[in-house]
Amino acid sequence: MSEPIIICRDVHKWYGQFHALRGVSMEVQKGEVIVIFGPSGSGKSTFIRTINRLEEHQRGTIIVDGIELSHDVRNIAAIRREVGMVFPQFNLFTGLPVLHNITLGPIQVRKWKKEKAEEIAMQLLERVGIPEQAHKYPGQLSGGQQQRVAIARALAMQPKIMLFDEPTSALDPEMIKEVLDVMVELAKTGMTMLVVTHEMGFARAVADRMFFFDQGVIVESGTPKEIFENPKEERTKLFLSQILHH
Amino acid sequence: MTSTTLTTGKQEILPPPTERYTVLGWIRKNLFGSWFDGILTIVGLAFIIYAGVGSLRWAFTSARWSVITDNFALFMKGQYPLEQVWRLWVGLYLLAFVVGLLWGVFVRQRSFTAWVLLGAPVLFALIVLIIGGSGGWLSLLLVDVLAVAGWALARWQPQRTRRAAITLLILYFPLLILIIRGFGAEGFLSLVPTNLWGGLLLSLLIAVVGIVFSFPFGVLLALGRQSQLRAVKTLCVIYIEFIRGVPLITLLFMGQVMLPFFLPSNVVIDRVIRAMVAVILFAAAYLAENVRGGLQAIPKGQYEAADAIGLNGFQKMTYIILPQALRAVIPVLVGQFIGLFKDTSLVALVGLLDLLGIARGVLANPNYIGRQIEVYVFVALVYWVFSYSMSYGSRRLEVALGVGER
Repeated sequence: MSEPIIICRDVHKWYGQFHALRGVSMEVQKGEVIVIFGPSGSGKSTFIRTINRLEEHQRGTIIVDGIELSHDVRNIAAIRREVGMVFPQFNLFTGLPVLHNITLGPIQVRKWKKEKAEEIAMQLLERVGIPEQAHKYPGQLSGGQQQRVAIARALAMQPKIMLFDEPTSALDPEMIKEVLDVMVELAKTGMTMLVVTHEMGFARAVADRMFFFDQGVIVESGTPKEIFENPKEERTKLFLSQILHH
Repeated sequence: MTSTTLTTGKQEILPPPTERYTVLGWIRKNLFGSWFDGILTIVGLAFIIYAGVGSLRWAFTSARWSVITDNFALFMKGQYPLEQVWRLWVGLYLLAFVVGLLWGVFVRQRSFTAWVLLGAPVLFALIVLIIGGSGGWLSLLLVDVLAVAGWALARWQPQRTRRAAITLLILYFPLLILIIRGFGAEGFLSLVPTNLWGGLLLSLLIAVVGIVFSFPFGVLLALGRQSQLRAVKTLCVIYIEFIRGVPLITLLFMGQVMLPFFLPSNVVIDRVIRAMVAVILFAAAYLAENVRGGLQAIPKGQYEAADAIGLNGFQKMTYIILPQALRAVIPVLVGQFIGLFKDTSLVALVGLLDLLGIARGVLANPNYIGRQIEVYVFVALVYWVFSYSMSYGSRRLEVALGVGER
């Protein structure tokens, strides 16, 4: 096995007195699709947000693509260039048309020429199935379309790793599928993905490994087969039974 | 009842109902909806007629407007030497040309606003022609010609003029100051010292300088106040709270009276510039707080998304946060700029001869005793025209930028 692309060792995080992450360790190989699930407040979003420093971890080590996350701004910038992120509320830049949302990062951060950035942005919009929306503003798109633009925006930076923080939690049932389809396609291309989600169908279809979070620790991990068919921990069984049989 | 959700495919799509009113119907609905509305309408109408007729009767019969027409040049430009007035006209021509260019590049089509902008000089020219002036009406018409020329040029070569128009806009301001102030003692564009600047010219210059310079300064202060760096933040807070705790007039007095005590005796700063600096410092503090309001309205997700794609702090602010924050506060900022324009009248109290200062000067002339109403009505009208134009412009800008729509 080669060196893991993400290494987290004993990661801790406090919000004031609240101990949100209580020693999380995880190694992710290049090309793996990881699904993280667990009850709300279990620290799963906080955890993936520490990987690109949207949240600062206070103890432990995080190494992404060979670069250690520290207070050094250059390291943070270097990691953010290689890590794309998709948010639960899409967070598209509301003042910019769709195309500019996608090209802003490549032009400003990667220093690409405008023509090249726009060409690649259009290819990405084709890939997520909405090239005709390129010149509209985010507010004119449906939730599912916005989230697909958000995925295209993250991919435009040509990241090595993609983080998905509950990408379908704010969507109507009809739109969840269109976003999941894009993510499944992406997984097939060999992208390293960390996905916080409760879409167990997605997990079953593409996840290499699953991690169950509760109260700031990893309770259990394994392949989807192990987790769904033979969970070891009582807490995991209870949680799965609640989300699968409602 | 049948299930509509299943049959929508076959059902007709109906247009929304249109409301049609006859004139009488409209009057009944809006003016006499109830007996109370009826009374309000009648009382209001009576008051408007009473006040309107009274004002018009005064304006056309008892008012003696010669005090305005005799001193019109004084009101407009103060003591600015008559043989140099062509420089002010050149400034106005340039402005008309730049506005025409920008209009052609950015707005493109003719609109009601364009007709108003073009109509104003014609109207003024007619007035000058009728009441008999110094032949300035031809110059006013030239303003229109240049504006249309700029517009036509931009329509003819939109790609090439785009950059030129923006460059001209940026260069316009320093160029204007250079033309008005001049340099050297003799000859072409000789120096016109600022103590000769006056009237509307001075009011507008102080206001425009105040707006142009307080804007970037205020934005920086607002960002500084949000800074993670303690020292920067503290300095900004102290500055903003100090300035906001002091009336503008005290700053003006400090600039005019106290500043010379602190400077070496060989350093003399122009009085007009001191007033401008006071206005800038004052406006920047208020502007900073308005911009901060806009910054606070930006959702956290916008910052996070900018961070996540790897933008640095400067890129994040210039491309994502500030455009949204400033767009959200356009109405407040324009309101503040209108206030700033009217506040420039305070410089009359420290002895500068702006529009109000000239008005006071004219009223002190024994020839015009008892003409306060005419003079102040005229001054108010001039302020109103400019303030309303700014207000109207801001509403158009909001529509153009889609404020409140996205």
